[in-house]
Amino acid sequence: MSEETRLRNYHAQVWDEPLLMDKSVKGQRGILVPEAEKEVRDAVGEAKALIPSNMRREQSPDLPEMAQPQVLRHFTRLSQMTMGNDVSNDIGVGTCTMKYSPKVNEALCGMPQMADLHPYQDESTVQGMLEIMYKTRDFLREISGMDEICFQPTSGGQAVYTASSIVRAYHQAKGEGDKRDQVITTMFSHPVDAACPATVGYEVITLMPDKDGYPDFEALKAALSERTAALFITNPEDIGLYNPRIEEFVKLVHSVGGLCFTDQANANGVLGKARAADVGFDMCHFNLHKTFSSPHGGMGPGCGALAVKEHLAKFLPVPVVTKEGKRYGLDYDRPDSIGKVRDFCGNAQVILRTYAWIMSLGAKGLNEVAEIAVLNNNYLERLLLAVPGVTESYGEGKVRLDQIRYSWEKMTADTGVTSEDVERRMTDFGIQAYWLSHHPHVIPEPFTPEPSDSHSKEDIDEWATVMKQISKEAYEEPEKVKSAPHRGITRAVDESAMLLHEECIFTYKKYKKVKAEEK
Amino acid sequence: MAKKRSVVYPYIPNSVAATRSEMLEKTGVKDVEELYVGIPKKLRFKRPLKLPKPLHSELELKRHVSGILGKNKSCEEHLSFLGAGCYQHHVPSVVDTVINRGEFLTAYSGSNYSDMGRFQVMFEYVSMLTDLVGMEVAGFPMYDGSSSGGTALRICARVTGRPEVLVPETVSPLRMKVIENYCRNSEIKAIHRVSCHPDTGLIDLRDVKAKLTANTAGVYLENPSYLGMIETQGREVADLAHENGSLFAVGVNPMSLGVLAPPGDYGADIVSGDTQPLGVHMNYGGGACGFVAVRDVEEHIAELPALMTSIADLEEGEGFGFTLFAWAERLSYAARENAKEYTGTATALWSTANAVYLALMGPQGMKDIGETILQKSHYAKKLLAEIPDLKMPFPSTHFNEFVVNFDGTGKTVSQINAALLKRKIFGGKDLSEEFPRLGQCALYCVSEIHTAKDLKKLARALKEVIA
Amino acid sequence: MKRKVGLIVNPIAGMGGKVGLKGTDGPEILKKAILIGATPESPRRAIRALERLAGLEDALHFFTCPGAMGESELAPSGFDHTVIGSIAPGDTTAEDTERAAREIREAGVELLLFVGGDGTARNIYNAVGDQVPVLGIPAGVKMHSAVFGTTPRNAGELAKLFLQGKAVGTREAEVMDIDEDAFRDQRVSARLYGYLRIPFERRLVQSVKAGAAGQEDTVVRAIALDVVSNMEPDCIYAIGPGTTTREVMRVLDLPNTLLGVDVVLNKSLVASDANEAELLEVIEGKPARIVVTIIGGQGYLFGRGNQQISDRVIERVGRDNIIVIATRAKLFALNGEPMLVDTGNETVNEMLSGYVKVTTGVKEKLVYKVCS
Repeated sequence: MSEETRLRNYHAQVWDEPLLMDKSVKGQRGILVPEAEKEVRDAVGEAKALIPSNMRREQSPDLPEMAQPQVLRHFTRLSQMTMGNDVSNDIGVGTCTMKYSPKVNEALCGMPQMADLHPYQDESTVQGMLEIMYKTRDFLREISGMDEICFQPTSGGQAVYTASSIVRAYHQAKGEGDKRDQVITTMFSHPVDAACPATVGYEVITLMPDKDGYPDFEALKAALSERTAALFITNPEDIGLYNPRIEEFVKLVHSVGGLCFTDQANANGVLGKARAADVGFDMCHFNLHKTFSSPHGGMGPGCGALAVKEHLAKFLPVPVVTKEGKRYGLDYDRPDSIGKVRDFCGNAQVILRTYAWIMSLGAKGLNEVAEIAVLNNNYLERLLLAVPGVTESYGEGKVRLDQIRYSWEKMTADTGVTSEDVERRMTDFGIQAYWLSHHPHVIPEPFTPEPSDSHSKEDIDEWATVMKQISKEAYEEPEKVKSAPHRGITRAVDESAMLLHEECIFTYKKYKKVKAEEK
Repeated sequence: MAKKRSVVYPYIPNSVAATRSEMLEKTGVKDVEELYVGIPKKLRFKRPLKLPKPLHSELELKRHVSGILGKNKSCEEHLSFLGAGCYQHHVPSVVDTVINRGEFLTAYSGSNYSDMGRFQVMFEYVSMLTDLVGMEVAGFPMYDGSSSGGTALRICARVTGRPEVLVPETVSPLRMKVIENYCRNSEIKAIHRVSCHPDTGLIDLRDVKAKLTANTAGVYLENPSYLGMIETQGREVADLAHENGSLFAVGVNPMSLGVLAPPGDYGADIVSGDTQPLGVHMNYGGGACGFVAVRDVEEHIAELPALMTSIADLEEGEGFGFTLFAWAERLSYAARENAKEYTGTATALWSTANAVYLALMGPQGMKDIGETILQKSHYAKKLLAEIPDLKMPFPSTHFNEFVVNFDGTGKTVSQINAALLKRKIFGGKDLSEEFPRLGQCALYCVSEIHTAKDLKKLARALKEVIA
Repeated sequence: MKRKVGLIVNPIAGMGGKVGLKGTDGPEILKKAILIGATPESPRRAIRALERLAGLEDALHFFTCPGAMGESELAPSGFDHTVIGSIAPGDTTAEDTERAAREIREAGVELLLFVGGDGTARNIYNAVGDQVPVLGIPAGVKMHSAVFGTTPRNAGELAKLFLQGKAVGTREAEVMDIDEDAFRDQRVSARLYGYLRIPFERRLVQSVKAGAAGQEDTVVRAIALDVVSNMEPDCIYAIGPGTTTREVMRVLDLPNTLLGVDVVLNKSLVASDANEAELLEVIEGKPARIVVTIIGGQGYLFGRGNQQISDRVIERVGRDNIIVIATRAKLFALNGEPMLVDTGNETVNEMLSGYVKVTTGVKEKLVYKVCS
């Protein structure tokens, strides 16, 4: 059943590029800055004299001195040593929903009417920006079923943090702020679903999965009490299973007066198929840089759009985008707001891309996105389960949605080759390193691919073929896998340092010092 | 009537009917619907999503979206004097070229093996940034200047075990909203505001002294302050804080540090801020890129809620690689009550822009730009001071921003800015609601992009508008 | 400079299992086992573990015992080895094991590997305590101690990582011993015997979206801080045996009985190493709480190593006043299996079964299943 593709005779670009600061040549300049005009200089004098004497920078910052072509070449080379989605098959980067970020959206982002807008410009001068924010708000309201949207959070984590702040404000407003000091989450929800409520002071209670891999309903009953402030749950979870009792979970938490938030980082497979609001959730969020195609940027900037039901809208951070007649505006006058979670309105350029992406697809297109994501994942599942040493965790016989957490446990027991070894070896085939799992690694030797909607059948076949090849190597010549990478960007790195911070070297300055001492 | 074309989605390769069928068959399923069996029927969304008719061709899409964007007036075509935390500077073309490299733009959480390039850039960014601000350690960038300030304050609380912090009264109210929300229900139980001298806007040391107690975890200062002035008493505040067993945190505009002393030089323990000015377009506020940097002190590093990258030797032979050092409760300092923050995706692409920017500018470039900005902003202040009825309430020197008072004109800042707008000028940010005590004031920001001609144009326009 | 490793094989460990006997302690039982046709298991297990160390022949030097106690397993391997001591020909005894362990420790090994069961673990413990890291290659029938790798292969793998200095630390693990006579009479009665220091695989796979798992001792401290910060005045706290519970006593700066129950009231020590009678007396008429953790490799909460906290004590204190603490690592090591209770009293076992909120950190709990 599995399609075999030809394995690439790949070799990474290995530039052996020195550190930037080692390329410095005294006197070189990368760019020149205009000098103040003569009339300015004549009027105000030396710049130095304009600074109080004790605030003048005495020692030049230790920045490299490089000419422009050399700077460009350095960073371009480093980009060639980075396996972005544009260049590499990144099906393996699960839970991140790697997908194509249309270049036309980049062109739109480059327009001065996006890139060169100041956040405090008069509303009349940014009607286009506000229109896009408002319309995207409406799209997300429809997709989630919720009533109001906040685009301020930069990431999924910040969205969950915002939701946590709203939970706190909600109970405080009811006079139960002190009483309700616990939040419940599940083992396979994203770590921020525990870390963010903890950040705002809650005690976090985690539910273990039941034997089928679903959050344990009986455990929920045991965890609930009048101290419960909220349930924070990712659904479907990273193992790809939609919790069939999710509605009961929500009802039960509501019955003790708690709020329910769902982390929709894994929304890709359910767009237009199921809505958070219909399940009963009070809040949910979307990662616009995942599901909605804004590029990941190498870890941001993104946008965690928070969607809430009417009764929680008053707590949202300010400003909220409004529309009166034909006029768009920003509402700062919200007395019950939690305040702000970050500067300005959010990552407007990410909202712009979301708008454009949704407009290019429409309702049918979003449905197609979800269906293909799920079909791709199930297609890959068949291929991977045929690979020796791969097993699936939980959900025996159950159909998964957009991603699955697999385990190499059997192969590791048989051969000693671990998931981390495979992670390094796969890059030898030009495939981006896969995502193992969020912590904790409940499932041993994990890996979590996610073949989203923009990956082709050929991409998926190639990915599975690489896994099959590495499995074969593990059983026949394990040393090859254990000593990987062989054709990658770099050779084996001594990672013992990463356990003890005092052995870590975070800056160039320290690096030079350490190397000098070694001599 | 001509038939409509059936749709194949360019971004969804497997939407081609033949591929779809083949994959369905190989998956052993007749219809994709079968794959949704895990979702209870009751929860299934039955109707189509109510979304606008899609624009399938790229041409139509681009036309449509750029049409909407066309309703915006950007700071390219308008003369803008807005600052207040987001700054308009020239973004070198090389910076844009590099961050638009598909590899950087579309990478995410690859490993230190597959994405070594990205890790090296991050290491270079941290190296240059820490040196610029006078610190020794930093992690991946954070969200923005305000949430970074919030983290800096919580770090003070975690390190010292004390529950209160001091913050100057001149910190922007919008920034305070971020900080207050972040510090609610945290290690921090109280934020006390410290007064600034009404005539200079600089921090009142007597009030700092008076408010420092055994409960004070840290003192936060901004330099330059939100109102623009360069704070000269950094060393004194540092000493007062340290004598009290508190930490000293400073929020900066990194653009100023080619000419202004970095906080590391005057006793700061923690430095935070926003590096958007260093090569990132404003993006309507989406260019924000926060950071928190500390000294090489184990207790402080342990409290940084950030991913960090360390350079490392290769196991065999010459050369280096990088490892990812995740913030973990690996040191006992983290096991304190309420000692919880979170980390994740933030603003990495902008830190790449910062790295390229700083590499292009070099030490001399940062000095040149700092001097140019200083001279131009002081020139602007001089020009405006010459306008009757306008007052410059703070004689203290400033970097790129300064306060202008319009009480004498009998007009509100709002009215003045509306009139300036008609002349295609974005006037300084209206401070009258944020700091009512200052009256009808606005914060005017000048950068290296403003020519003397631009500044004279502003002066002329203001003269006309207040007449 | 080669790294020194010790290897002791208990040749008779595990022989009872396949022929239906529970253990081979004592010459009589051993004779019976051999008569029924039992063959030695240990040598095979030792070899399987050693196979995983292939490639390190140039890096390791073994110290081992004569004949079937290690020499014969190492001979066919490529490893250099030194044979220490001598044993009388014939069947090996516990004394032989203990003596060998002492001698090997004196040779300066970095890690002592042994093949055997709980009995052998006890012998090793008697000889070396926590002086040197130890790792058990499982071969015994009775495996209640937590000092073993999950399989001989995995034990070998763990040893390899440890000896390569790759991302491994050590942690304390329980040495249990079952009352042998009671066991053969179908009764199980386990004793917590002591703690060996074993390699702890701390492979921190970096999670880019959340902090990595915490270091064991930091997490244990966090748990203890949480317990102490929630202690109420005028309430008795019975602190059960274990390393996690020991940290509670450390935070309070009170002397701790690692293998026994200590009693605390208003953060002062009221009783040390209390037995059931003393516990019943001290909790009489006062609000009381019990702080317990999982003991041993089987995940027992009550009944294996903390029998002083008897069914009567538990009944008096009440289910809601039992504070369960454990690191997540320890819970996950149970591989999804529930925690177990065996108080000897069906009613109390029933009462304890269900779900319990385990304290796993500061303001951090995990809901876990308990079964009898």
